Amino acid sequence: MNLFNEHLLSLLIWFPVVGGILVLATGGDRQAMAARWLALVFSVVTFVLSVPLWTGFNRSTADMQFVERSPWIERFHIEYFLGVDGISVPLVLLTTILTIVVVVAGWKVIQTRVAQYFAAFLIMEGLMIGVFCALDGILFYLFWEAMLIPMFLIVGVWGGPNRVYAAIKFFLYTLLGSLLMLVALLYLYQVSERSFDLLAFHHLPLTGGVQTLIFLAFFAAFAVKIPMVPVHTWLPDAHVEAPTGGSVILAAITLKMGAYGFLRIAMPIAPDAAHQFAPLVVGLSLLAVVYIALIALMQQDMKKLIAYSSISHMGFVTLGLFVFETRAMEGAIVQMISHGFVSGALFLCVGVLYDRLHSREIATYGGVMKVMPVFAFFMVFFAMANAGLPGTSGFVGEFLVILGTFSVNAWYAAIAALTLIVGAAYTLWMVKRVVFGEINNPKVSELKDLDRREFGVLLGMALGVLIIGIWPAPLLDVMRVSVDQLLTHLAVSKL
Amino acid sequence: MTGLSTHDFWAVAPEIYVATLACVILVIDLYVRSVRPCAAAYPLTIATLVSAGFLCLDGLFEPTETVLNGLVVRDSVSAILKSGTCFGTAAVLFYARDYAAARGLWRGEYLVLTLFGVVGMMAMIGAAHLLTLYVGIELLALCLYGMIAMERDSVRAAEAAMKYFILGALASGVLLYGMSLLYGLTGSLSLQAVSGATGTLEVNSLPLMLAISMLVVGLLFKLGAVPFHMWVPDVYDGSATSTTLYLSAVPKLAAFAILLRLLSTGLGEWIAIWQDMLLVAALGSIALGNVVAIAQSNIKRMLAYSTISNMGFLLLGFFAGTHAGYSAAMVYAVIYMVTTVAAFGVILALSRSGFESSDLNDFKGLNRRNPWLALLMLIVMFSLAGIPPTAGFFAKLMVLQAAVDAGFVAVVVASVILAVIGAFYYLRIVKLMYFDEVEEGVLTVSAHGYRRSMRWVLTVNAIGLIAVTPWIGNVMDLIGRSLMGFGLS
Repeated sequence: MNLFNEHLLSLLIWFPVVGGILVLATGGDRQAMAARWLALVFSVVTFVLSVPLWTGFNRSTADMQFVERSPWIERFHIEYFLGVDGISVPLVLLTTILTIVVVVAGWKVIQTRVAQYFAAFLIMEGLMIGVFCALDGILFYLFWEAMLIPMFLIVGVWGGPNRVYAAIKFFLYTLLGSLLMLVALLYLYQVSERSFDLLAFHHLPLTGGVQTLIFLAFFAAFAVKIPMVPVHTWLPDAHVEAPTGGSVILAAITLKMGAYGFLRIAMPIAPDAAHQFAPLVVGLSLLAVVYIALIALMQQDMKKLIAYSSISHMGFVTLGLFVFETRAMEGAIVQMISHGFVSGALFLCVGVLYDRLHSREIATYGGVMKVMPVFAFFMVFFAMANAGLPGTSGFVGEFLVILGTFSVNAWYAAIAALTLIVGAAYTLWMVKRVVFGEINNPKVSELKDLDRREFGVLLGMALGVLIIGIWPAPLLDVMRVSVDQLLTHLAVSKL
Repeated sequence: MTGLSTHDFWAVAPEIYVATLACVILVIDLYVRSVRPCAAAYPLTIATLVSAGFLCLDGLFEPTETVLNGLVVRDSVSAILKSGTCFGTAAVLFYARDYAAARGLWRGEYLVLTLFGVVGMMAMIGAAHLLTLYVGIELLALCLYGMIAMERDSVRAAEAAMKYFILGALASGVLLYGMSLLYGLTGSLSLQAVSGATGTLEVNSLPLMLAISMLVVGLLFKLGAVPFHMWVPDVYDGSATSTTLYLSAVPKLAAFAILLRLLSTGLGEWIAIWQDMLLVAALGSIALGNVVAIAQSNIKRMLAYSTISNMGFLLLGFFAGTHAGYSAAMVYAVIYMVTTVAAFGVILALSRSGFESSDLNDFKGLNRRNPWLALLMLIVMFSLAGIPPTAGFFAKLMVLQAAVDAGFVAVVVASVILAVIGAFYYLRIVKLMYFDEVEEGVLTVSAHGYRRSMRWVLTVNAIGLIAVTPWIGNVMDLIGRSLMGFGLS
């Protein structure tokens, strides 16, 4: 058992990657069923393996746990250094849960190059867990960048009509940000007397000017990933063109990596610069919250609407991070997890409709409730969660962020609270036009309700949303000590 | 002149071995008549190269010594680079075989020229004397001219050979003029002696600057770096793909070696003079290579510009003049060679049966036709673009680290932004292979016509670029250790 705990993180990273390679080895589409089952087995086992991470996690310390550390490239003191704290554990679990969802959701929809599709998602899973666990700068960068390759292929191969443009835009945008991060890491390596240890970087004394530059370089990487206004334009393209599974992973997990990067890297390494740039980040966040929400209101395409809604919700996350307040930061992390479930589920709902009518246009639908009552229930439920209805996970995150922000600056809170109105407006308006009303399109009247597979997936997501919404205490318990410790660290100037 | 001992000859045994066997193979090929071309010469050549590759490794990590009256140096760097040259060339011939045979190029002379080219490169790698350096450069160049021109029926090949020859001769002239000026200033052609003359010369003297400038210009030309890159795309494009593979991949090791010998051993003390020149060439190469590659529709031309930008990165590691920088540049050269060989290997596998796959559109829908080749090419492209977890990333990482360490953060930021531009055209190949479907009416290659053995070697070659990741530190250490004693601090 001890050996298992010592290498649990490695297992979580490499098991799905190996699984992906095995799935790839099943070959052509004739063995598609084998590829599907193999992928399901690997994703479920990975999830089961990740459960001890939650149960065996010591909630009373902010130290890294399940640490693995061994030298890798000794010449540059690059280490194979993994560990998790209260901030990363929920994200790892979110990843393992959603990968199962994605595998099941793609079961029937994907009919060409099946093995490659599932292999890409399994490899992605391992790499994403790697990002959340890596504590060495280069190891982090390695996972961060390597993840682009499967995502690029997922969008480009199985995506919609404009997929090539979207895939390349996604790749290049992210690459530019990431490479600037690499330069910052190399600089820190030089300053820190030859080490890439991220935790050691936290305690590295840096002058104000250097902090500013380093923060900006990290900001370029993370702001693109989150994405923040004005570098958000890749997201609507990528989301819209990606296959359903790709959209789910993009929205639910990869966006969180940006916020995670701020928490783990940018803010603790350059705390003074973080404070210095806080007004800017908060301003951009509020801009995202309000302005992007207004843009979402005007969308004709359901996926685009959810994509803009994601940017708006991620604005909440960055707002929560950069007011430097316990509740707000906890709220931001809850919002990250919650948004993972809610936006993922909404993309799945759109996927359900798209698989039937091959249209994402809101105008195509109307009166879906009359033919698909069960689906309509889920769609309305997730729309409510997206709008922050009390009792759902969306409420907990937004409420905590607004509460925390209010104690820092009432104006920020007031503007952020606007989202409760605009957010409700665009989601409910979409639901009204899609689910309710009269059936205008003859094709809609022929729609079949959810099959068992779709029902199971959406039910699972709904349970996640409800559990966090009604009883968020376990989630908050896991992160509390780590968040407190981070905020204490941020309060101390490095100058 | 002192008398030569067997020890002196033993030190250059690999060169002697390859040169002798090249002559033997030339004769054997004349007498062995077979239906298949080069039935005897080909296996002999491969055996020669592989055994020479092992022979070169003898003496690795033994103390450095200069032999043959100061003409040749034998050290760890030369052992590794010579060995790499031999193995690389063997891989090149292995990939080139079917392609060249289909075009009537697969003759004994082709193999013999390749072998003499290898001897030339070995001479460049082990040069301790400007004369050896020059002889090595010219021997390699003459073999390359011959190999390109061998495709007699092709106008483009003749044009490429002619351009390469004339421009190459011009560059050699410049190089020679620089050498003669250096000789006039220091009174010696030995690199050690040149370096020893540091104290006696004024750094800002015009003749010295002229000599160094000319040497650097000659080297940059041979390397294909901006602004002396004009020949690269035309020669790459005009030559038969098998020849392009040879001339684009393997000589980069030798090119690194002559940079190291000349600039570090010989002119290391005058780094202030050549550093800025290399910096301009490095950034210019990265910029031009990456930007112009986007406009190419021919994969050979695209890879030519990719080479230019990669040479820019190599120079970027070089110009700092530190040990870390030289190590980075050497790792870069080795990984670049392995990657390029794999890239051309895929092109050759695709274009075997009387069909050139030099147009980018020939890659359309490759994932549909041959998923395995597409996957290998995917890895190669991401390695060239420097995306982890491929070896190409670690090469770039080392180079950038060395430059940051030397205090050139702004240069690194600029080159990184240019690398993003470069990523686009590598992505385009991936896009063609994975996202696009085969167009109707376009002649498509079945891509199953290549040998099974080639499939295995290509697999090892390309997958190795990822599989080496856990041990990449050992590669860096080996190369770093071999470069002990070079560079500042």
